[in-house]
Amino acid sequence: MSFKENVWEKIKSRAKAFGLPRIIISLFLLVLFCIAPLGGISISQSISDVLMRFGQNAVLVLAMVPMIHSGCGLNFGLPLGIIAGLLGGTLAIQANVVGGASFFVAMLIAVAFAIIFGILYGLLLNKVKGGEMMIATYVGYAAVAFMCMMWLLLPYSHPQMVWGYAGRGLRTTISTEGFYSQILADFLDFDIFGVNIPTGSLLFFALLALFMWAFLHTKLGTAMTAVGSNPVFARACGINTDMIRILSVVMSTALGAIGILVYQQSFGFIQLYMGPFYMALPAVSAILIGGASVNKAGITNVIIGTFLFQGIVTMTPSVMNSLMHTDMSEVIRIIASNGMILYALTRKTEVVS
Amino acid sequence: MQDNKIPLLEVRSVKKEFFGNVVLKDISFTVNKGEIVGLVGENGAGKSTLMKILFGMKEINESGGYEGDIILNGKAIRFKSPQDALLSGFGMVHQEFSLLPDFTATENIVLNRESEKYSLMSEIFGSRMNTLDRQDMDRRAEEAIKRLNIQLDKNMYVSGMPVGHKQFTEIARELSRSEMKLLILDEPTAVLTEKEAESLLAAMRHLKELGISIIFITHRLKEIVDVCDKIIVMRDGKIVENLENKNVNIRQIAKAMVGREVSSSALNVQNEVDNSSDEVIMKIEHLWVDMPGEIVHDVNLEVKKGEILGIAGLAGQGKLGIPNGIMGLYPRGGNVEFCGKSLPSENPKECIKSGIAFVSEDRRGVGLLLDESLEWNVAFGAMQTQDKYLKKLFGGLIKWRDSSAIEKDTNKYIESLQIKCTSSKQKAKELSGGNQQKICLAKAFALSPKLLFVSEATRGIDIGAKALVLDALKKYNKENGVTIVMVSSELEELRSVCSRIAVISDGKVAGILPASCASDEFGMLMVAANEIKEEA
Repeated sequence: MSFKENVWEKIKSRAKAFGLPRIIISLFLLVLFCIAPLGGISISQSISDVLMRFGQNAVLVLAMVPMIHSGCGLNFGLPLGIIAGLLGGTLAIQANVVGGASFFVAMLIAVAFAIIFGILYGLLLNKVKGGEMMIATYVGYAAVAFMCMMWLLLPYSHPQMVWGYAGRGLRTTISTEGFYSQILADFLDFDIFGVNIPTGSLLFFALLALFMWAFLHTKLGTAMTAVGSNPVFARACGINTDMIRILSVVMSTALGAIGILVYQQSFGFIQLYMGPFYMALPAVSAILIGGASVNKAGITNVIIGTFLFQGIVTMTPSVMNSLMHTDMSEVIRIIASNGMILYALTRKTEVVS
Repeated sequence: MQDNKIPLLEVRSVKKEFFGNVVLKDISFTVNKGEIVGLVGENGAGKSTLMKILFGMKEINESGGYEGDIILNGKAIRFKSPQDALLSGFGMVHQEFSLLPDFTATENIVLNRESEKYSLMSEIFGSRMNTLDRQDMDRRAEEAIKRLNIQLDKNMYVSGMPVGHKQFTEIARELSRSEMKLLILDEPTAVLTEKEAESLLAAMRHLKELGISIIFITHRLKEIVDVCDKIIVMRDGKIVENLENKNVNIRQIAKAMVGREVSSSALNVQNEVDNSSDEVIMKIEHLWVDMPGEIVHDVNLEVKKGEILGIAGLAGQGKLGIPNGIMGLYPRGGNVEFCGKSLPSENPKECIKSGIAFVSEDRRGVGLLLDESLEWNVAFGAMQTQDKYLKKLFGGLIKWRDSSAIEKDTNKYIESLQIKCTSSKQKAKELSGGNQQKICLAKAFALSPKLLFVSEATRGIDIGAKALVLDALKKYNKENGVTIVMVSSELEELRSVCSRIAVISDGKVAGILPASCASDEFGMLMVAANEIKEEA
């Protein structure tokens, strides 16, 4: 085999490992970046947007990993974790903890709620083995609907959060200004070639991802992967499979709770009521596009998936808009993101990580 | 019988291969009109394949058909589908019932062949609108039941019937076809009580008088001797005995069934070194296990330290239930003492911790992580229960997977067990059955157990791999003094490895024999502990 053929073979095997769907999506994203200047869109601004959105969403996508590993499938019940996060955020504001400290107080409260919710959610999922994803979806729906009532009824009173005319009941959108807005995104951020790097958000995600990676290399993490791979094998090896599954659900829910707080600090607002409803599918799609399957996922899948998904969702509307000179950005955003979700849910490929 | 010159059915040198694996060779026999032919053989002797060929089942055609001829009434036939067989007057009653539970006996008997009445609607919409002629259906069902000479309420719903009546309904369905000539009964008495079985045998005799031929497959040798005119014994895909039923005794048949010539030299080596001491390592008292299809009723057994104990028995008698129950994979009761301590039930972790390892008969389902690397498969059990292959960080707070130790040990096993693989990182599902089995052994060895249960270690692997697996077990026993309890359906394999063999029948220990006993002794214990007593 000549040197040239050898290199070609190597490229081919690398490409195969990366996966055809990811190659196509990456090329599409590249094309969008290339034609963006034709519509007068600044490349550096676009890249800044994609990075910002990556930092916003990556933790939510990471929340998918534990449950996939333990064989509970994709966490369509992510809204439950998000609600724990919303409780943490609102309670921190209610307690009037201002500035950076509010983020940590919010996280503490959120994780505490997530652990309680996660245990109950895990107990439920253990009763419906084989149908986890369907049940999880409805757990998400039910939790959102229940909280729609609770947001109105709970005795919140902080003026930044309640309806002005009634003096009670939480608003649909609450600003995090003065509390934890941009607390991570502005940490050590810098501009390079006009691209803003949200260092804090990225570092925070990196920290959680490192924690997840390390966990999967411990005895407990190994057991979790084995439970997902073959629960009967794990049981025969003396693993309490039900406990491991509950642990994975708790981890997933807690990461969801932290994820939404990260999202809020970057986005600047807390979205209540139907807000959590729309958060699960993009996260599920991102990890699938990243090359994960229903029972295998790694950190690489999270990073690649979030980048590609958010890249497409950011770039498609703005590029299309500028090329067609009409304001269709919202319509195109919905078509692009739902199209990605549809594509991601239909694909069934082998794992690469 | 005037038809005796031309037999109803003649099978002439039938041979069948499944992808190069010969399962039937040179099968020749005849069935005369009004004759009951008994067919016996161990599991895997080729009985069901032979019946599938007779019945034209599609898996036979799909796997390349068969060689040889089947001649019916002097005409060679070759069925392409079960429908052809039905039309030629073959009927078959399977072990599992294929009845509609919410239909009556009559409806089941004439199903899809109902008597129909022509009506005005059929003139317009075709024969699909014909109405059912209930009276005629009842008459036909009654006729079929009468031919069986039994009591059966034709209006009873199948769901409310006792097992025996379901069996009769199924036979009546075959009989209601006017062209019925040959009836194949596949272990019809296995699910019946003694009384029901007796009335079935009586019904068979009655059918015989009506001129219907029967091929009767069963494990109960006494029934064969009672009812058959001719007895065919199959073993390893060949007919080893074809006798007229005159002065035949059960012992003779049992011996023919199990005693096989051992072809592989590796299997022929008797266990020359007997490590066993008199110390009892495991004491099993009144063990019951609720494992579907392998129910254990009341097993009492003592395992001696350092020995290789064999557990033999026919399928479904409960031999597999014993290790699965003790290891806590299925609910169990009774007392199991290991090294003087009582083992908890349904707690695999404690069992493994106390020093017992289990190589499951369900290699792909229980034994392996098919989607993970060989390293994981080998190391996982030891890592989780014994904290092996772990690096302790921060004073034991974090137990980190020690990849290099895992890799080293896996490679050690790959070498010593001669596992064929590309590397220790290869996925378990990519290996062949024999090599997968060796990985299962390596997984058990990695636990460094005091006692090792090995269940069906050589099932579905080729002869060379078989010898390697058995040798590895023998060596492990000899060098490390590990007690091994080996469960297998292959008696010869047990005899070549074990010192003592316990035979399980009907969920109980039928007897324990030294491996040197003659094979007919084992055969007697396996098939019919009760029947021997009756005979004696």
